Amino acid sequence: MKLPINIRISKVHLLSRKRQTAIAMLGVTFGIAMFILMISFMKGVNQFLQDIMLSVTPDIHMYNDFKTDYSTSVSSRYFDQLPEKWIIVRHPKPKQIHLNLKNAPGIIADLRKNKDVVAVSPLVSVQLLFNYGPVQLGVVVDGVDIREEDRLFDISGKMDEGRPDQLMTTENGILMGYKLADKLHVTGGDIVSATAPSGAQMRFKVVGMYKFGMALMDEYKAYISTSSMQQLLGKNRDYITDIRIKVKDLNQAKSMAAFFSNKYNYKSDDWQTVNASLEAGNLIRDMLTYVVSFTMLMVAGFGIYNIMNMVITGKLKDIAILKAQGFARKDILQIFLSQSLIIGLMGGLAGLLLGFLLSYGLSKVPFPEDEWIVIKFFPVTFDVRHYVFGMVFGILTTLAAGLLPALKAAKIDPVAILRG
Amino acid sequence: MSKEVLRAEKLNKYFYEPSRFQVLHDVSLSLQKGEFVSIVGKSGCGKSTLLYLLSTLDTGYEGAIEINGVGVTGLQEDKLAKFRNEHIGFVFQFHFLLPEFTVLENVMLPALKLGRFDAGSIQQMALEKLKEMGMEEFGGKIAAKLSGGQQQRVAIARALINNPDIIMADEPTGNLDSANTAIILEIFRKLAAQGNTIIVVTHDLDFAGKSDRILEMVDGRIP
Repeated sequence: MKLPINIRISKVHLLSRKRQTAIAMLGVTFGIAMFILMISFMKGVNQFLQDIMLSVTPDIHMYNDFKTDYSTSVSSRYFDQLPEKWIIVRHPKPKQIHLNLKNAPGIIADLRKNKDVVAVSPLVSVQLLFNYGPVQLGVVVDGVDIREEDRLFDISGKMDEGRPDQLMTTENGILMGYKLADKLHVTGGDIVSATAPSGAQMRFKVVGMYKFGMALMDEYKAYISTSSMQQLLGKNRDYITDIRIKVKDLNQAKSMAAFFSNKYNYKSDDWQTVNASLEAGNLIRDMLTYVVSFTMLMVAGFGIYNIMNMVITGKLKDIAILKAQGFARKDILQIFLSQSLIIGLMGGLAGLLLGFLLSYGLSKVPFPEDEWIVIKFFPVTFDVRHYVFGMVFGILTTLAAGLLPALKAAKIDPVAILRG
Repeated sequence: MSKEVLRAEKLNKYFYEPSRFQVLHDVSLSLQKGEFVSIVGKSGCGKSTLLYLLSTLDTGYEGAIEINGVGVTGLQEDKLAKFRNEHIGFVFQFHFLLPEFTVLENVMLPALKLGRFDAGSIQQMALEKLKEMGMEEFGGKIAAKLSGGQQQRVAIARALINNPDIIMADEPTGNLDSANTAIILEIFRKLAAQGNTIIVVTHDLDFAGKSDRILEMVDGRIP
């Protein structure tokens, strides 16, 4: 109870008009609660979308990006390079392109030594046709080491039926999305037949179905073992077309991709580059949150400004008497600014609590059922930084709103008031 | 023999609204310690203006003011505030207690601001001052609940709390009925007898008649 005298005065002032104080606080409370709710929800949505995207996108994807520009090689090999000569090559066609990564085992071994790399999944990716009566379904089939692929995308956790490791124990087994299985009218243990671009055919036994919640995976994708794929394509055991890499720090993926691209001389895409639109969406949602919250806090700020102005107009006599008794300008400023600050602090803390409760409530609201969407509740994040930011933001707003009236109070000429 | 508490030399003061007008003309005065002086005059003669100059609240004037040997003319506002807190006690026509605070808190405020003593001793001192004014049983009451005469007595207790060198009062009885005026006058006489230096602006000639010295002000001059 040993508060400084100025703060004691401002406390008495605040308590003597409880309703005004409460209303001013409620403004800040709702502003900050709304900010917390919105930012938690928006960040939750961002995180959810990113997780969905990352559930099917490798952190880094390395592949052989074949070029279609052959003119330089042709001209340099068969003609002199003289400036006055024009060589026009129409419809150049390559005789043969190797789609695989040369020295794949070397690259893989090297990648696995890198301490920032968590998992490396080499694969052979080919578009196969599945025959269902006269209908042919084009499906991207990856020949993978399923254990590695599981480490990247947690396929085990998304199985609808069967287990991923059955791919290794079953000869010519296949894992497919549940939608594709539906379309082909197959289920675990059934046999499907697939055709390679070369015309080669092979029969596979369905060992499991998974559900990612994305058409790309569930309808147009299947997994077989690397060796089955190499056999189907008639390639040797070193034939690898893509390498998918999981890294320790997602934010490092971009620079690591550039590094790998340089080192191994194969194109490497990081997840951010591949999903630039996601980043744009995140930015837009963040912006929306800040604009709405800022507006709400501005409104609260104007409320405080208004109330403090009214208070000071009603307290002209008190200010004059305080000044006559030896309270200096800075004391008066302190008395009235601290009132705004206390309103901001209390309102802000209540806002954080309310915001947390609302966010918590929202995170427990069941998400409408949909066979495509795999979440059960609304996505909400809880991040201490948002709460700190909200509090700082709220206090700054109330300080700014309280400053003008407090300065006005400090400047009051006591003689003019005391004369009556 | 006695010590000069307040000296003012050749004070000139102008009002600029609505047009330039000289309120005070070369006003000089001097107060000895323990003197009880009244300034009387018709309304508009400048007596209140003079008091606000002497009280250091109004700094827009020509001339020089010295209180207790300290030249206050030209001091910075914050220093003047501190000086008022320590050396000057005020009583105004419209009692001007802080309405949300208790009587005791009102009396304690200037001393808490000064911070010379801890809150416990200040409370003791404030209770003593209230007792002198016969107001001790009202200490816990909210100031706004008191009558005008009661409020004025509290205001005097407040003016005394820091044992000021000089007490300045502007029409202390101007807003009171005759019964209360008598009480306040009695208090001022008592204070003067105790050796306080008092300067009062009043148009109540009975009140002024009880003081040691009367300065009559005419058209901004003290003849």
